[in-house]
Amino acid sequence: MIKKVTPHISQNEALIFERSSPGKKAYQLPELDVPPVDPADALGACNVRREIEGFPEVSEVEAIRHFTRLSTWNYAIDYGMYPLGSCTMKYNPRINEVVARTEGLAWAHPYQPEALAQGCLGIMAALEAALAEITGMDAVTLQPAAGAHGELTGILLIRALLEKRGNARKKILIPDSAHGTNPATAAIAGYAVENIKSSDTGGVDLAALEQLVDKDVAALMVTNPNTLGVFENNIAAVSEILHRKGAMLYMDGANMNALVGIARPGDFGVDVMHLNLHKTFSTPHGGGGPGAGPVAVKKVLEPFLPTPRLKRSGKKWAFDYKRPRSIGRVKAYYGNFGVLVRALAYILAHGGPGLRNATVDAVLNAVYIRKALEPYFDLPYSSPNMHEVVFSDDRQSKLGVRTGDIAKRLIDYGFHPYTVSFPLIVHGALMIEPTETEGKLELDQFIDAMISIAKEIETDPEMVKNAPYSTRTSRVDETTAARKPVLRWKPA
Amino acid sequence: MRYLPKSDSERRAMLDACGAATADELFSHLPETVRLNRPLNLAPGISEYEIVRYFRDRAAECANGYASFLGAGVYNHFRPVLVDTVVSRGEFLTSYTPYQAEISQGTLTTIFEFQTMICQLTGMDVANASMYDGSTAVPEAAMMAVRATGKGRVLVAKSVHPEYREVLATYAKYQGMPVAEFGYNAETGALDVEDLERQIDGLTAAVIIQTPNFFGIVESVKTAAEIAHRKGALLVVLFTEAVSLGILEPPADADIVAGELQSFAIPPSYGGPYAGIIATKEKLIRQVPGRLVGQTTDSRGNRAFCLTLATREQHIRREKATSNICTNQALIALMATVYMTVYGKQGLRELAEQNLAKAHYLGSKLSRRFTGNYFNEFVVRAPEGANKTLLKKKIVGGLPLGRFYPELADCQLLCATEMSRRADMDTVAEVLA
Amino acid sequence: MYPENFRYTKEHEWVHAQGDVATVGITDHAQSELGDIVYVDLPKVGAKVEAGKSLGSVESVKAVSDIYSPVSGEVTEINDTLATAPEKLNTDPHGDAWLVKVKLSGPAEGTGLMTAAEYQAYIGAEK
Repeated sequence: MIKKVTPHISQNEALIFERSSPGKKAYQLPELDVPPVDPADALGACNVRREIEGFPEVSEVEAIRHFTRLSTWNYAIDYGMYPLGSCTMKYNPRINEVVARTEGLAWAHPYQPEALAQGCLGIMAALEAALAEITGMDAVTLQPAAGAHGELTGILLIRALLEKRGNARKKILIPDSAHGTNPATAAIAGYAVENIKSSDTGGVDLAALEQLVDKDVAALMVTNPNTLGVFENNIAAVSEILHRKGAMLYMDGANMNALVGIARPGDFGVDVMHLNLHKTFSTPHGGGGPGAGPVAVKKVLEPFLPTPRLKRSGKKWAFDYKRPRSIGRVKAYYGNFGVLVRALAYILAHGGPGLRNATVDAVLNAVYIRKALEPYFDLPYSSPNMHEVVFSDDRQSKLGVRTGDIAKRLIDYGFHPYTVSFPLIVHGALMIEPTETEGKLELDQFIDAMISIAKEIETDPEMVKNAPYSTRTSRVDETTAARKPVLRWKPA
Repeated sequence: MRYLPKSDSERRAMLDACGAATADELFSHLPETVRLNRPLNLAPGISEYEIVRYFRDRAAECANGYASFLGAGVYNHFRPVLVDTVVSRGEFLTSYTPYQAEISQGTLTTIFEFQTMICQLTGMDVANASMYDGSTAVPEAAMMAVRATGKGRVLVAKSVHPEYREVLATYAKYQGMPVAEFGYNAETGALDVEDLERQIDGLTAAVIIQTPNFFGIVESVKTAAEIAHRKGALLVVLFTEAVSLGILEPPADADIVAGELQSFAIPPSYGGPYAGIIATKEKLIRQVPGRLVGQTTDSRGNRAFCLTLATREQHIRREKATSNICTNQALIALMATVYMTVYGKQGLRELAEQNLAKAHYLGSKLSRRFTGNYFNEFVVRAPEGANKTLLKKKIVGGLPLGRFYPELADCQLLCATEMSRRADMDTVAEVLA
Repeated sequence: MYPENFRYTKEHEWVHAQGDVATVGITDHAQSELGDIVYVDLPKVGAKVEAGKSLGSVESVKAVSDIYSPVSGEVTEINDTLATAPEKLNTDPHGDAWLVKVKLSGPAEGTGLMTAAEYQAYIGAEK
């Protein structure tokens, strides 16, 4: 019995180009207060385009209806829980949106004189300090635009330090449970990737690590807690092995939502890490971005941080461009400032004690789900989990139903699916992270839905395999989309 | 705390279900040595009102009520009201990457429209669902060219945005991708074609130019393309002022177009978040980094959209991916999509013509440093202390170029858009004369 | 199912040598593990291939698999019908959907190549 949702009629809507008609307008520009200029004269006749062929022409009413109708075809956090593992789909506070639009901040030009940008610099300084305190690190750069970008920055920092010490080394060790951005990043930074197999409790195998770390290894990239939601209890030993052999420890901060206020990476041996502000710090996912990926480092890496860095100059803030050891820029200007504002608002709203409470609730929610679903789904790793839990579809796949099918059926129950088939070390993974902003009712409804589906699989597996049934769109043909890609609209 | 939807009794019930007497027990498995045994050194949480006030106070420490003539990659354009109306909808703001197509058709459809509009604007066959920004789109385009040609060298024009070139250098350093720069003509401000001819060789994978370039000069894409293609290199054309494409011929001779869409209703916001794009010809489709949305059908035969060609990406190909990028700038790209819809075919043209008129009004009153054709930005020689004088009149003048081009230390880069008022331009002309 | 006159690799490629030219493809087991094939990335004619090294890849919607060459030599022909019809790999991996023809530089009967019976036992054990 599906209690959380009921199908409801939603409006159909064509593509904006199919709604267009020559001459319709949704804009009005002011009258020119200067003389018009002939484009051919000013630009050279051969440089002037005839028109923007195919561009839409609609009225304001049609524009608003178009986007509003399309929006109703989306699920969103504002509707309900997204149990996506390691995505940390927590509530996006609306105050963040309001303050980011404060005029003096939203219209600040990155090249306006520093004397007229002190407020922006002050915000960045406050956020750097807060993130340093939260991570237990010594210095923070806010320049990277997203997690993967932060990872690249972090690895480049390691390379720069090792180069200064005489040998940049050749490879990066990456656990087989890692997110795909980790090896992709290592490759872009010019390192070869070597996989390290996880231990049978899902963590870093110390003996294997001792073996693998040689003079060619620059660093180990670790996620802690790992992608199973399990804390790396040996992390201090991991760090010791690496440091002893002249290598460094990089931490992917995607799972910080389990640690804020409880443990600090800087205290357990991490040299450099990135944070995902669009995960732990509540900035909106917006359908896939923007994000921000600040990087926090120990003092030894500070000289290599991207240029410019904030510095105090008397009573004012200023940017320091005189940084001979810096790895350079990873992005134009100073970072995704608008996202930084939102993250700082989140930190101000919670405060120190509040941030810790959020972490406690995040872990409580995940453990609660684990306990409730353990009788129904295989739990491949029995270690205590933190903010997320990973099941496998072993039991269900014996009846022909895989994790992907269960995920699709979950949609009929009014939820977004959990993360399917990741991490790769679990066969048929179901990766679930509720976050702290889910209440007991939503969690109980999620648990009931999962149990109901488990039961459906026993009596009617075919039905589950062909879900979802109640969505506007049924399962899409991804094969044809990849075989014969159509990536734009064209007029008939 | 208002974002934590659990009452004490609910927490208690849940702890009981977990078999924990206290919440601390949930963390008892952590080694003692890693635990933080003190509160975080951060002030307690504050109210909504206090948060608003905090940011208002910060904003008051910035420029307020100034007329600005800054461009240099970030432009002041009106933001149609509809843009924030649309992106503020919870279904767009708080939704995730559209991996589950059945419940993300809103996002997927708008991205498909975005990809289409970028193709229409740039004259390319395929566009991705956005990169972090224009500056990171440049190394991504360079890496694409290297993959596609199998060659390693990159040549970039000095008249490409200086900070973009810095980002390219950072990425290139460890890719075995040597980057060299070729100059600009000291008179016209356009590409130094001779220098390009001198430096390009059979090992060049990509020639990267910007149009209008950093000095605001419109480049001859055809000329650059001819030279690049003759040597078997790809031409990457970059734009930072998207409004220019409302009136300029799209760079059809380019192999890859990279660009920054900030002009399309994306607030300047002290440097980000923005949205970059990569667009290219059909033949390079599998080398494109980042997310792509494709059209398909669902099992009932209805048109539907989904993420596609994912095997290029990091989550599948891992170290052999076309890029490490995961996030795209979906919400920012949506702002641009709404903007392009609101202005549309006629509006973007009219807007570009207004920009042209405003900038040429100001430009005609000053002695420009370069003779090339310009759109809405240009370089002038500026007398000592000019910007200081302008600030006193609540005007932010152009960008002094000495920090990027020592040979142009006596010049500044001025930008006028549809937001620039005649009276302010008259004042600028007076002070800079 | 698995032609007697082919030889097979642990990475699920097959090779059929006729004189000094060998035809290479992927096995039925490989295509069934991958699911619907959407794209094949093949080397250019004239490219040199080395036994045990990757010569290209096969893609399904959610996975990519390298194709490891069973033999060493030079590519003389590629099956370009796969560019427009990659789905042939799902329906006829041992016949119509051959991948490349290679002019051998060394003997095809190298170590590590299994007979049809050995290959069938191998994939039976894998399960």
